[in-house]
Amino acid sequence: MYSDSLNFNLTDCILEYDGSFDGFLCAVHEFYVLKLNQGEIQKEGSAQGTLFAKRIKVITQLPLVEKVWKRFKVRIGGSGCSQIFRAFLSEEIGIENTLLRYIQHALNSPQPIHSDFSHPDVLKVSQMVKSVGREKHRMEAFVRFRRTKDGIYFTHIAPDFNVLPLISKHFQERYADQKWMIYDEKRHYALYYDLNKVEVVELHLKEKLELYKNPEGVYDEQEIEFQELWKDYFKSTNIKSRKNDKLHTQYVPKRYWRYLTEKLPGN
Amino acid sequence: MSFDRIKEKLNILADAAKYDVSCSSSGSKRTNKEKGLGNSSGMGICHSYTEDGRCVSLLKILMTNHCIFDCAYCVTRRSNDIKRAAFKIQEVVDLTINFYRRNYIEGLFLSSGIFKDADYTMERLVAVAKKLRLEEKFNGYIHLKSIPGASDELMREAGLYADRLSVNIEIPTVSGLKLLAPEKDHKDFLKPMAKVKNEIIQYKSEKKIIKSTPKYAPAGQSTQMIVGATGETDQQILLTSAYFYKEFNLKRVYYSGYVPVIADERLPQLGTQVPMLRENRLYQTDWLMRFYGFDVREIVDKNNPNLDLEVDPKLAWALRNLHEFPVDINKADKFMLLRVPGIGVKSVSKIIQARRFRKLNWQHLAKLGIASNRAKYFITCESSEFEKRDLTAEQIRGFILQNSSSKFRKLVSPQLNVFG
Repeated sequence: MYSDSLNFNLTDCILEYDGSFDGFLCAVHEFYVLKLNQGEIQKEGSAQGTLFAKRIKVITQLPLVEKVWKRFKVRIGGSGCSQIFRAFLSEEIGIENTLLRYIQHALNSPQPIHSDFSHPDVLKVSQMVKSVGREKHRMEAFVRFRRTKDGIYFTHIAPDFNVLPLISKHFQERYADQKWMIYDEKRHYALYYDLNKVEVVELHLKEKLELYKNPEGVYDEQEIEFQELWKDYFKSTNIKSRKNDKLHTQYVPKRYWRYLTEKLPGN
Repeated sequence: MSFDRIKEKLNILADAAKYDVSCSSSGSKRTNKEKGLGNSSGMGICHSYTEDGRCVSLLKILMTNHCIFDCAYCVTRRSNDIKRAAFKIQEVVDLTINFYRRNYIEGLFLSSGIFKDADYTMERLVAVAKKLRLEEKFNGYIHLKSIPGASDELMREAGLYADRLSVNIEIPTVSGLKLLAPEKDHKDFLKPMAKVKNEIIQYKSEKKIIKSTPKYAPAGQSTQMIVGATGETDQQILLTSAYFYKEFNLKRVYYSGYVPVIADERLPQLGTQVPMLRENRLYQTDWLMRFYGFDVREIVDKNNPNLDLEVDPKLAWALRNLHEFPVDINKADKFMLLRVPGIGVKSVSKIIQARRFRKLNWQHLAKLGIASNRAKYFITCESSEFEKRDLTAEQIRGFILQNSSSKFRKLVSPQLNVFG
């Protein structure tokens, strides 16, 4: 092992992880174990970067994850850690390396750095956190549940970022007395609340579900009526003499329209 | 539930309620307990936006549009020949719950025309809120209108179930009210407002001693004024708001540009443009009063009774007070940073945090997302570059207007030609 590491240039090392946040934390840990000065962390199978780089597979180990995360909480602080997690959920290409440099900067600095906005990596992370936060808030706003025959309030969404882990608490606190499911059709998994706890379920439904049509009568008989009432309400509450399309699409970008009951065709 | 009938009522009673601009659903602290429905702790959520760009957060409806009053500015005035309708209490409850469960709304904003008398009307509004809270275990947001002239007892009960209460004074001047709503008394508006204010104070102080004291209107009170219906000046409007903020601890005052809905010789003609730019400037000033430490008398006075439509009120203030500038971004205190045109509350907080690590220069400011096109005439930073010419207020104003593209530009451009 030791002699092997002498055979390649440590600066050209790529650590591959399984794509999960846990895996990412293990990769950061490995980075420090190998005492690398430079190097990259990449998702398995993304195969970017230099052809001659040495690739090392990092195995995700849960006990290690806990140890590393606990350590970060002490050294980087709660808000720093939450920034790291949120920025990671952006899934932006190369975010792992920005985060790696952010973590290095944080561990080297005697004071918390999450507000050091004139540092390029801190700024980048804070911008990603802002984008992810905005998407989280949008999903909390734009989710439209539809009641199925067996009483589950179901919706599908396709957020720009992987925000389901962030919205789980909000919906659990709000809809504590009804069963609900939020399905991310881009990432093929769902949150399901069964009146006791929220579970993460892997699901593969057909692409581009058209939920406003009543496929095979899966919906509660009153469901369509309430959708119509809501559409009507949306129309009546508009003031025509103040019409402002630009502002409207700025607040409700068109890519979300297919999930919004009030913006669907018909009626 | 007959959906066709409900649909008709909803159309009539939502249409009549839409001129009430408040749609805020924030500031309450009602958390979900014992697995009930809903949660309204902290941040409000806009679930959608109308085509005119206003937030849709609450189901905003009237209990009824029958009304015994004949206020000139109001669509539901007695003498207006329109379709009338009234909801049953249970219908409003069902609509609210079913919309809420589908994540359409944050809660209910219930107002009403006044039928029979003030107390009878208020009683029905309270009954809806009570049913939602006690029978449906609903913890979402409820905003009730305080009906002018309602009894103290009812107002006390209303606050126990509602998150917010509001009375719209509508007309900012007493003389305007006499002209447009001769049947209404200015004092009737203030009475329920004063009652609610005192209850809030009392419940808060009791809560300090007895923890189980129930919440009373945790999101406070608000009011609304119509702008541009009676020829009032901005100074009159803003002094009225400042008075309400101070005397009644209001959370918000809303300004609603008058939309001509009925022909009446006392009012602007049908087809008159809604004064949206003026409304915007009033909101900007309102923000300056609430978040930027400005006193209303710094912004409007005898010599400047109306806000400048061309530039925002903060810039207008800065141009009148050039002796206060330039300020050093790396040294100035929060109070002064907030007064720099083009720098908002968030930017100020970023500057204050970031300057602890190193002195900030123009590049840093740009990266923080601080637009310098207006600010650059008023600040210095860690750089030898700064505005060295001794510009007059008129020159700065000219430069800024030349380089800006306000969404309202079209509305003010005739004036621009005069100055240019």
